[in-house]
Amino acid sequence: MANTNGAPVLEATGLRKEFGDLVVVDDISFRLPLGRSLAIVGESGAGKTTIARMIVGLEPPTRGTIIACGHDRSRPARSTRDRRRRGREVQIVFQDPYTSLDPRQTAEGTIDEVLRLHHGWPASRRRARTAELADLVGLDTRQSRALPRSLSGGQRQRVAIARALAAEPAVLILDESVASLDVSIQAQVLNLLADIRDETHVSYVLISHDLAVVRQLTDETLVLHCGKVVERGPTARVLDDPQHPCTQRLRASAPRPGWKPRRQALPTAE
Amino acid sequence: MSAAVPLSGPVSRRHRVWAMVRATGPAGIASAIIVAVAAFLALFGPLLAPYPPNLPNLSLSWVGPTGGHLLGYDFEGRDVLSRLLAGAQTAMLGPLAVVTVSMTAGTLFAVIAAWRRGASDVVISSGLDILFAFPGILLAVLAAAVFGAGLIAAAIALSIAYLPYVARVLRGAALRERSQPYVAALEVQGASARSICLRHLIPNIAPLIVAQATILFGYAIVDLAAISFLGLGVQPPTANWGVMISENQSGIVQGYPLPALAAGVCIVVVVIAVNVLGERLIEQAQAAHE
Amino acid sequence: MNDPGRIQPTACTLESTRTAAGAPLLEVAGLTVLLEVDGAKRAVLRDVSLTVQQGEAVGLVGESGSGKSMTARAIDRLLPRGAEVQGSIRFGGADVNALAGADLRRYRNQVAMIFQDPRAHTNPVRRVGDFMTEALRTNLGVPAAEARRRAVDMLSQVGIEDGDRRLRQYPHQMSGGMLQRIMIAAALLTEPRLLLADEPTTALDVTTQAEVMAILDGLRRDFGLAMLFITHDLELAAAICDRTVVMYAGQVVEVRASTLLHTDPLHPYTAALAAARPDIGQTAHRLRAIPGRPLSAFEAPPGECAFAPRCAHAGDICRTAVPALIELDGGISRCALARELRGKLQEAASG
Repeated sequence: MANTNGAPVLEATGLRKEFGDLVVVDDISFRLPLGRSLAIVGESGAGKTTIARMIVGLEPPTRGTIIACGHDRSRPARSTRDRRRRGREVQIVFQDPYTSLDPRQTAEGTIDEVLRLHHGWPASRRRARTAELADLVGLDTRQSRALPRSLSGGQRQRVAIARALAAEPAVLILDESVASLDVSIQAQVLNLLADIRDETHVSYVLISHDLAVVRQLTDETLVLHCGKVVERGPTARVLDDPQHPCTQRLRASAPRPGWKPRRQALPTAE
Repeated sequence: MSAAVPLSGPVSRRHRVWAMVRATGPAGIASAIIVAVAAFLALFGPLLAPYPPNLPNLSLSWVGPTGGHLLGYDFEGRDVLSRLLAGAQTAMLGPLAVVTVSMTAGTLFAVIAAWRRGASDVVISSGLDILFAFPGILLAVLAAAVFGAGLIAAAIALSIAYLPYVARVLRGAALRERSQPYVAALEVQGASARSICLRHLIPNIAPLIVAQATILFGYAIVDLAAISFLGLGVQPPTANWGVMISENQSGIVQGYPLPALAAGVCIVVVVIAVNVLGERLIEQAQAAHE
Repeated sequence: MNDPGRIQPTACTLESTRTAAGAPLLEVAGLTVLLEVDGAKRAVLRDVSLTVQQGEAVGLVGESGSGKSMTARAIDRLLPRGAEVQGSIRFGGADVNALAGADLRRYRNQVAMIFQDPRAHTNPVRRVGDFMTEALRTNLGVPAAEARRRAVDMLSQVGIEDGDRRLRQYPHQMSGGMLQRIMIAAALLTEPRLLLADEPTTALDVTTQAEVMAILDGLRRDFGLAMLFITHDLELAAAICDRTVVMYAGQVVEVRASTLLHTDPLHPYTAALAAARPDIGQTAHRLRAIPGRPLSAFEAPPGECAFAPRCAHAGDICRTAVPALIELDGGISRCALARELRGKLQEAASG
């Protein structure tokens, strides 16, 4: 894992993304200290996934800077070597377990490929590390050797997490990574993520619409609306005492025991 | 969210191919058998011919089936069955070359266009659109005019004519695959475009490529036979099914239809078998993707 | 050994499920459904019994493999070809599976289904107005102008004020939330007696979900409709349903008044499911995850309680036979130890 010398492990300044005339992300700035976890919440269209894609290099920002582990990644990587290095700094786990794995590759093969990409290790060492990672995410031997079609959604997400961790990133972006899972499996994976964080000190950036998951996993929260940050602060404070109407609305819309839905006063402009 | 599927262990490649063919149903299996036989003949046909296929004996012209000559003699007194067996080689190896070249080039263009998107895609797609305007036979006539008649010129012309079809179909599949999250995950890992395309993208559209190749093969047989029929491909006296139809066509009106029809039936049977097999394989490839 | 193809139904005739209002509007008794998968018959629903009274909202909650969606499809006669159905589904006293022709069409007017993904169930090349008024015009013979008037009126009830303009639009011109509201309006136009809502808000934003849920709840009460609301979210079901049915591995495991579901559950699975959810009000050190994964009916070990392998309270009796349904305190539980565990489940869950 990259050494950051006390600097934040991830820092975004004035991020902006335009698609033609449409401004999807407008002047987003945040700092993620080493070992802390950040949540980015908001309705769909608020720009959350676009920010994730920009951080991880799948989308170039129109303006603004992103610095991860002390290296600037605001412009697209110029070489494959550069991209590989960035891969060792920030990784991502996507939402859909059914399309985020190559259907023709076993879990072991998936992890092994990443290890070969980043390290010049002999096969025996890669095998040992693959077994370690599979064990870390709770996959047994049978599951490691299986193709994705034989694995459940929760098991596939574990493979995706193991693949991301194989690069030993400092930051792991979880883009609605537990949203498609059954409640009981979601709990297992959330516990797993907490255990992994304890063991590897990775920092999470959690994109989620589920405020209860956000509460469980993160320290700081950023609330987005129409591409802008409307509220930020410690997760507990933002959820217990929301200041901005958007945050209040999100909080009020979250189902919980005893909750009753009420029609909103604001008409939705669609 | 769907319930987990019971585990199936890794299976050998041959096992998988056989399972794939078996799943195409009785029509698919019959077609696969015919295709296998045709392939065998393409390789060993000339060796199996009981009589010399190119030796004329005009005193035996148009003689019907007799003992030892199951299909009789053609217009120059040569054994029809022997000529069919010998002709299988040029009738099918030519299309094989055409399919190999056009599939390889088509896959290359499709993957490049799908991977790079943007300007590269526009340029490639426009180029393909231009190529679409040229029918295969027309290009073959052009090639014959420039390079002289012959199988090689005809095969090259046909490969160029088929290229846009292949590229168009594969580009769609490649685009779909390219936009899958697992490809994005590999990009984020820092894998090179070449390794992602060769190790992940192309293998995942391989069933479609194979199915497309078999269908293209059927078209190539007909087109090359037609080109040979027109006298622009394989030149007589070399045995070739298309040539056999051409040179024996006068027999049809004279009351000796067998030589020409036998060659025609061979073409039709192989083309149908190849098409049925190809379509079934495409159905399977698409079903597997759901 | 039990033959999975012939499961003995234990029809739910328990008096507690019938209110003084009379016979239930929808009565599912001993419903067992087998589907053909890879040549073998596999059970996806086993002995499912539930009732919905006139004007009552019942929630149907479960995870993957629970059979909740399959139950809705069985009620709406939308099972895949080749499905084998045992047991009975009665609507207003009539056997649903025996309906045909005009009777079946009338049934479909009385039972309206709202699906999870509105885009998958709308024809993209037809205008919204055509689609909305189709049932009125073709099945009920309402003249076109009158049908449009009713549609516009219903759209305003779901919070869409410029109905005339919306009727002329195409589905792709609308967001998911707007389209789902239109689907609800369309479902209500034929004045059904029962709404089947299959995860209608799962694909929506959380704020849009709250809005749509409020609309659904309000309109349902205004029109006095009965509703079967299918979801994986226990709190969502409890929010607008009077009673909640919890399903696991193709069986009903608990039926309970929604208000009591969290405070006094009758089945260990319900309690575990509620406890597995993170709490928006506080961070737990670790969540109380249920070990293992949810099973389908055909994956469940035969001859024992399907939840036993994952249950913290499982005893010997749980592994000797499939538990029968027990009545308890106005609810129903499929736990052999329900009486013994009564009152302890909630304590165990909250630790």
